[in-house]
Amino acid sequence: MNEELKTFTISVYTENNIGLLNRISAIFQRRHINIESLTTSQSEIENVNRFVIVVNISETQAKKIVGQIEKQVEVIKAYYHTDNETIFTESCMFKIKSELLFEEPQIQNIIKESNTRIVTVNKAFFVLEKTGRRHEIEALRRDLNAFGIMQFVRSGRIAVTKDEMRITELLKAEKNKQ
Amino acid sequence: MKETQTIEKTKTETTKTERITGCEAIIRCLIAEGVDILYGYPGGAIMPVYDELFKYQDQIHHVLTRHEQGAAHAAQGYARISGKVGVAMATSGPGATNLITGIADAQIDSTPMVCITGQVFSHLLGSDAFQETDIVGISTPVTKWNHQITKAEDIPEVIAKAFYIAKSGRPGPVLIDITKDAQLQEFDFKYEKCSSVRSYKPVPKTNIESVRAAAHLINNAKKPLIVWGQGVILGEAENELKAVIEKAGIPSAWTILGASAIPTSHPLNVGMVGMHGNYAPNKLTNECDVLIAIGMRFDDRVTGNLATYAKQAKIIHFDIDPAEIDKNVKTDVAVLGNSKESLALLLNELNENKHEAWHQEFKDLYKIEFDKVIKADLLPEKEGLTMGEVLKEINTQSKGDAAIVSDVGQHQMIACRYAEFNKTKSNITSGGLGTMGFALPAAIGAKMAAPEREVVAIIGDGGYQMNIQELGTIFQQKVPVKIVVLNNEFLGMVRQWQQLFFDKRYASTEMTNPDFVTIAKGYHIEAKRVTKREELASAVEEMIASKSSYFLEVCVEKEDNVFPMIPTGASVSDVRLS
Repeated sequence: MNEELKTFTISVYTENNIGLLNRISAIFQRRHINIESLTTSQSEIENVNRFVIVVNISETQAKKIVGQIEKQVEVIKAYYHTDNETIFTESCMFKIKSELLFEEPQIQNIIKESNTRIVTVNKAFFVLEKTGRRHEIEALRRDLNAFGIMQFVRSGRIAVTKDEMRITELLKAEKNKQ
Repeated sequence: MKETQTIEKTKTETTKTERITGCEAIIRCLIAEGVDILYGYPGGAIMPVYDELFKYQDQIHHVLTRHEQGAAHAAQGYARISGKVGVAMATSGPGATNLITGIADAQIDSTPMVCITGQVFSHLLGSDAFQETDIVGISTPVTKWNHQITKAEDIPEVIAKAFYIAKSGRPGPVLIDITKDAQLQEFDFKYEKCSSVRSYKPVPKTNIESVRAAAHLINNAKKPLIVWGQGVILGEAENELKAVIEKAGIPSAWTILGASAIPTSHPLNVGMVGMHGNYAPNKLTNECDVLIAIGMRFDDRVTGNLATYAKQAKIIHFDIDPAEIDKNVKTDVAVLGNSKESLALLLNELNENKHEAWHQEFKDLYKIEFDKVIKADLLPEKEGLTMGEVLKEINTQSKGDAAIVSDVGQHQMIACRYAEFNKTKSNITSGGLGTMGFALPAAIGAKMAAPEREVVAIIGDGGYQMNIQELGTIFQQKVPVKIVVLNNEFLGMVRQWQQLFFDKRYASTEMTNPDFVTIAKGYHIEAKRVTKREELASAVEEMIASKSSYFLEVCVEKEDNVFPMIPTGASVSDVRLS
């Protein structure tokens, strides 16, 4: 019961179908588990999608959740991993008034030191983009907040695992069986 | 005979293509899947399909229920008694939402069912069109799989997949929503049955090492206890289970949905576990040294307080669904796979055994239960009729061959406790969802799927009125089901809880009931009311002897309670006898 809560990255390989997002998110909702972030994209395999879901739960819960996800007909395979077992990153964007770039020379230093990329600049605003760990993005946001941010957005975590996933083999084996 | 021949002919998979409409394709797919009966209710968005049903009525029998919920439960009853996929059909919007309770019931009780719903034209989707609901969204959490079809050409493949998914592995309900334009389009039809879906592994491989590990524990056990569930029936593993039980001499108990897999009279059948189960298996769950769970899911109504559930025992869990392993109870040995295969493998590894002293403990506790509870239930000396004596009379008259379809509440617990079963698939009840209103329509489906069997619905006065409109279906279809309403003029189970845990504050549980006999007669169903003990035997005899549908109301004692009982949150070993 009092098991330690940890950050787990749940990776789910699925068929590319409408409604699956609903089906998967309902599994978390029903158990009152808050999804910290959810990203879905094409995976390394054609027509196979990959969900990356970040949650703070106990390992027992993670195991059960993965079991429930795998039970869904259109889910090929699901895994859970700790932060140590994955390589992960997030990305973010800032929209800031262009005049600040000239009025506040500090901003240029922040951009340089944090390895942030300028995506576009026009008369009214400029847009910054940075990829990194959550704490790096948070630090950047704090620094820029002092000058005023017009818009800020951060993506969910994307992650690859250190272990092999072997989805291709799994699908091949399934195909050979048929 | 002529009918069967046509069915046989269309059953063969079409290899050539043929240009037909989507709605005709739907019917052709159903026929190809061996569907002979379906339950439903027409309406705007499904009308083209009904038009086709009209043309195919010599090959497929559509049963018009009086409510879509009735259609869903009838399809469940059909599936539960036959093992085949039940089919229900409804229109969009309210038609579809009315199916939901039955779908949820089928999901939690692992019943194979395919529901087909009509949907508004695809160009109207999302426009709040007349009778538009997002039924795929609504049904997602309560279906094994669901899908919306917006193009006729997708119909054969999706319906084939629906039947395969509903029936394979751990069965469950599938909902297919079909837009009206997809029903009307013409396309080149070709039907192929589905036998695999690449992302779906219905039956995990049984690991022989896990079977050996299980056998090792069982062979060395002094006090083994089997608790089997519906997985045995769904896997058609009744013979394998019986062989295992007999070879290893293990006292064996069942969950409510496992009832009837092994005959009631089997000497090693020690009764039902759970909240109102038998005294011995509940009590001894906390004394066994190895607990062998087979095709059951450790529901909270079975386990009581998990913190004190079988803590002393090694747990072996046989299941087809890997997600059930360690879900509620931590397992020492998990054996995945189909129960028929895994139990056959287990049988080879088991030593012959008797466990007579251990079995005697069950008999001793049964004696206590008999003296304190069963005697008063079955052989009452007080004036009022008990539910138990009605069951006893039905057992006698039907010789234990009847399929009992029960609703939800006190009468359900009494039915499951006291019904005698000789045959498998004979206990049809709403276990996991506890759906009042289940029994009357489910009995229709059961009787139509197995016309050779005696089907007796046992219903309380509350649940009866939740789907009482299905008397119309019974009348129109001439379904010879036997309906027994045990009338205590209360929502009895809730009243029992109010008495025991809410200081007898009977909030909204007393029922002023109509004249049920007159209502049944209004539907031209033969009907009788029994209020005295001396009338009971002859009334039940007359009911069982009747060749047509029959309604029997038995006015039972108003404030009887069901015991034994494990109060919510208590341990199985704290099961109360009064």
